[in-house]
Amino acid sequence: MTTAAAEADRRAGLLDGPWPRFALRRLGRLLVSLWVLVTAAFLMIHLIPGDPVRAALGSTAPPSLVQARRELLGLNDPLWLQYLHYLRDLCAGDLGTSIISGLPVSQLIGDRLPATLQLAVLAFLVAVLVSIPLGLGMAVLTRNGRRRPAELVFTSTTGVLATVPEFLVGVGLVYVFGVRLAWVPVAGRAGPGSYVLPVLALALGPAMVLARIVRVETLAVLRADYLRTARAKRLPDRVVYLRHALPNALTATITLCGLLLGGMVAGTVLVENVFAWPGLGSTIVQSILAKDYPAVQGVVLVYGVGVLLVNLVVDVALALLDPRSTIREG
Amino acid sequence: MRARSTWRDVLRTPLGAAATVLLAAVLVLAVVAPPIWSARADAPDTGQILAGPSPAHWMGTDSLGRDILARVLVATRLSVELALAATGIGVLIGLLLGTAPLLLGARVGRLVLAAVNIAVAFPGLLLALFFAVIFGVGRTGALLAIGFAIAPGFARLTQTLTARVAGLDFAAAARIAGVGRFRLFLRHVLPNVGEPLVVNATIAAGNALLAFAGLSFLGLGVQPPGYDWGRLLGDGLGGIYVHPAAALAPGVAVVVAGLAFNLFGEALAKTIGPRGPLPAGRRRPQRPAPVPAASPPAGGETVLDVRDLRVAFPGPVTPVRGVDLTIRRGEAVGLVGESGSGKSLTALAVAQLVEEPGEVRAERLELLGTDLTAGPVRARRRLLGTSLAMVFQDPMTSFNPTMRVGRQLAEVARTHQGMNRRQALARAVDRLRAVRIPAAARRAGQFPHEFSGGMRQRAMIGMGLMGSPALVIADEPTTALDVTVQRRVLRLLADIRAADGVALLLISHDITVVGQVCDRVLVMYAGRVVEELTVAELRAGGRHPYTRALLAAVPDLTTDRHAPLAVIPGRPADPADPAPGCAFAPRCGFADERCARADPPLAVDGTGRRVACWHTERVARAADPATRPAADPADLAAADPVAGLAGPGPGPAPGPGNSDEREVRIGDQS
Repeated sequence: MTTAAAEADRRAGLLDGPWPRFALRRLGRLLVSLWVLVTAAFLMIHLIPGDPVRAALGSTAPPSLVQARRELLGLNDPLWLQYLHYLRDLCAGDLGTSIISGLPVSQLIGDRLPATLQLAVLAFLVAVLVSIPLGLGMAVLTRNGRRRPAELVFTSTTGVLATVPEFLVGVGLVYVFGVRLAWVPVAGRAGPGSYVLPVLALALGPAMVLARIVRVETLAVLRADYLRTARAKRLPDRVVYLRHALPNALTATITLCGLLLGGMVAGTVLVENVFAWPGLGSTIVQSILAKDYPAVQGVVLVYGVGVLLVNLVVDVALALLDPRSTIREG
Repeated sequence: MRARSTWRDVLRTPLGAAATVLLAAVLVLAVVAPPIWSARADAPDTGQILAGPSPAHWMGTDSLGRDILARVLVATRLSVELALAATGIGVLIGLLLGTAPLLLGARVGRLVLAAVNIAVAFPGLLLALFFAVIFGVGRTGALLAIGFAIAPGFARLTQTLTARVAGLDFAAAARIAGVGRFRLFLRHVLPNVGEPLVVNATIAAGNALLAFAGLSFLGLGVQPPGYDWGRLLGDGLGGIYVHPAAALAPGVAVVVAGLAFNLFGEALAKTIGPRGPLPAGRRRPQRPAPVPAASPPAGGETVLDVRDLRVAFPGPVTPVRGVDLTIRRGEAVGLVGESGSGKSLTALAVAQLVEEPGEVRAERLELLGTDLTAGPVRARRRLLGTSLAMVFQDPMTSFNPTMRVGRQLAEVARTHQGMNRRQALARAVDRLRAVRIPAAARRAGQFPHEFSGGMRQRAMIGMGLMGSPALVIADEPTTALDVTVQRRVLRLLADIRAADGVALLLISHDITVVGQVCDRVLVMYAGRVVEELTVAELRAGGRHPYTRALLAAVPDLTTDRHAPLAVIPGRPADPADPAPGCAFAPRCGFADERCARADPPLAVDGTGRRVACWHTERVARAADPATRPAADPADLAAADPVAGLAGPGPGPAPGPGNSDEREVRIGDQS
């Protein structure tokens, strides 16, 4: 009965507590960011010096074709009207039409997005699954200044690897595992083997950064009073480290996790181009080079929304992990 | 002047020296490479198209037969130039945006900051791509794009730093003095935020270099016939199977140059570290000094038996030097002394909570007759987990902030009593009720930050009651609490003791609190027990000069509030530097050269109490007003705070041989 009462109290606490205010505030911020993103994507085409249609079709295209295409894209309307149309079409899921291929941009994105998502999500999982045990383990092993040599090796190795950008890691991996050892395919997306190198290339740097941060945060938590309390309860080491130390170390880590994941979304652009991965990253570069601005606009929007969603997920995860963060302004 | 010493300090660390050499090499190469190797880099060798490494071309040749090594070396200049230029653009825009709140006023500033905050949420590469579309494909476009992409992060940093400095007293004073915004910024703010900005600009230059390589690699940066490292890499990648050097050489160059900037920035940050963001380190755990314990009074079941307890840290430092301590069932023993006297460490050692590299040794260390230093680990853990309860000083930090309070209590029962989740939680609620927490069931489901300080301390005691403790060790349990709350917590401890016959070891610097709660008191100084006495004897005034000084330092209602607070002159003994003889001698008015020579043993004196002092008789005589000589330093010890009778003496007398002018107040606890 007591537990049932406690359960009821807890649920009531969820509704009256800081949660609704947190949700409202966070939602408001998301909407503002989204609006800025959409407006920036819209303005992008208009900030380009010269006529984007002329640029896309080339200087040899007949003026009549350029005019027709301008008319089709609504570029002759006043700016505010174009903006309204743009918003209206967005709401209907219409991202415009590719100047080059004449296909709807949404279809292009639908074709390419899954490959990019797979890459980013897999790489993120690999990074987290490698870095958290690594950082936690190193913190426990090197706490109170123990095992200085191991600490030195860890900090210098991760420090150097963290600096190398993902496309260079990619090139190195291609050389070692593709060219020298010929273990796995180095280009395209066919079969599970083709995932290995792109995922590794994308995950390595963030994994190293995260492992360093998890270690530093865990070291700080290991000195905390409540860890002493946990040890005073004579809990098994496993419980002390996993239940008492880890969640507290992660609250500080998770914010950074979000930044890294956001960075990974962008990192896919380079990695996809190293490995000829048929995702959005190859698409955006090809579209930029071909001056296919509606396509660029659409893909930029998708990337931006991806980043905003990542940030949202991070904030919610943070709130769940550390209830105090719902009270903080931000 | 500070700047110059900073540079020298950077060079002094191995990392800094290596980074500096690397960076200098990259910069020198950027200057000298084009004049030396340009001709070679652009000369086509039609006989050697796409050739592998050879004596003539160490890294082979490209599709036009041009020497790859020469091209990579020559590309250093353009790569570094573009990175620095992009950084310059980014830093300039960032500074302008970041100082907007300061220079343009709050309203415009807030708007700018909102925009910056949104932009910062997006990864730099995405921003760079966005701007690359607007500014066009090519060298200039990429330059502006990367510059614009760096700007928001820099703006935010600038804003944070300047806001912090502008809020400081000297800036406020300058503002009040009528200094204009621009002058305030240039004269007062900028010089104080310069160093972290330089550090971040250095690291940003490294990142710009990598980003530029990325854009050029994608074909969005430098266009042919120009070439930077990214371009060479992109051109080489297609032929990596035939001719890996064409891709690897520029790749290695990018990594080395990027590392040079980043490592240099980090070395710089480390050197000026304390002025930058707050260091992650926290205060070191306090190391109290050791206590000699009284011999066990006869009778009663012994709960805790400690003989010759020593705690040492590498250094070597021995903050606890041979403490004997015996506590019987239901007894309340107080452990008093200044910060650093070793009392808390004694408690941690007894509870087996001293962590490496600390080392605990004892001739005997038994809880309920079980040796805590040997035997099966599991059994010892269970015994400690259920029979010993710890209550720590700061209830605000002693609970895990990410777990519900009920669960933190329930853990004990789950681990040691084999209860399931529901039983354990029910027990936790029951225990919370036992420590008088209202609405215990609801409270159990709350997080620690929803509890008040006093309630948290009671919950902490409740946690100790999850098992069936024979001994509660309370380390300064009331120090962090309001006076009114203190009393409730003390009463709770007393009630638990009375109801269940639980023994209590109460550690405190507050001799009044100890006098209220305990039967017996141990006074610790510099890692030893210097006196053991009953509370009644404490009321009558101790025999050891240190005990008397502690008593004298307690103000009460009759204390003259216009007189300076009574203090013990000098500062506590440094456990890292133990002197021969009595540790208290440098601060003691009775000390003579015998005290400096030999440490008095804790021995039964003429009246049957245990005290470690060569001069107990002189101390006793001095305490008696009838025989007290006017100038006797024992004036210190006239008060009886427990009974609340007299005020402190006319003030501290400087201890002979104590050159340190600093005076430390008792009660000025960590």
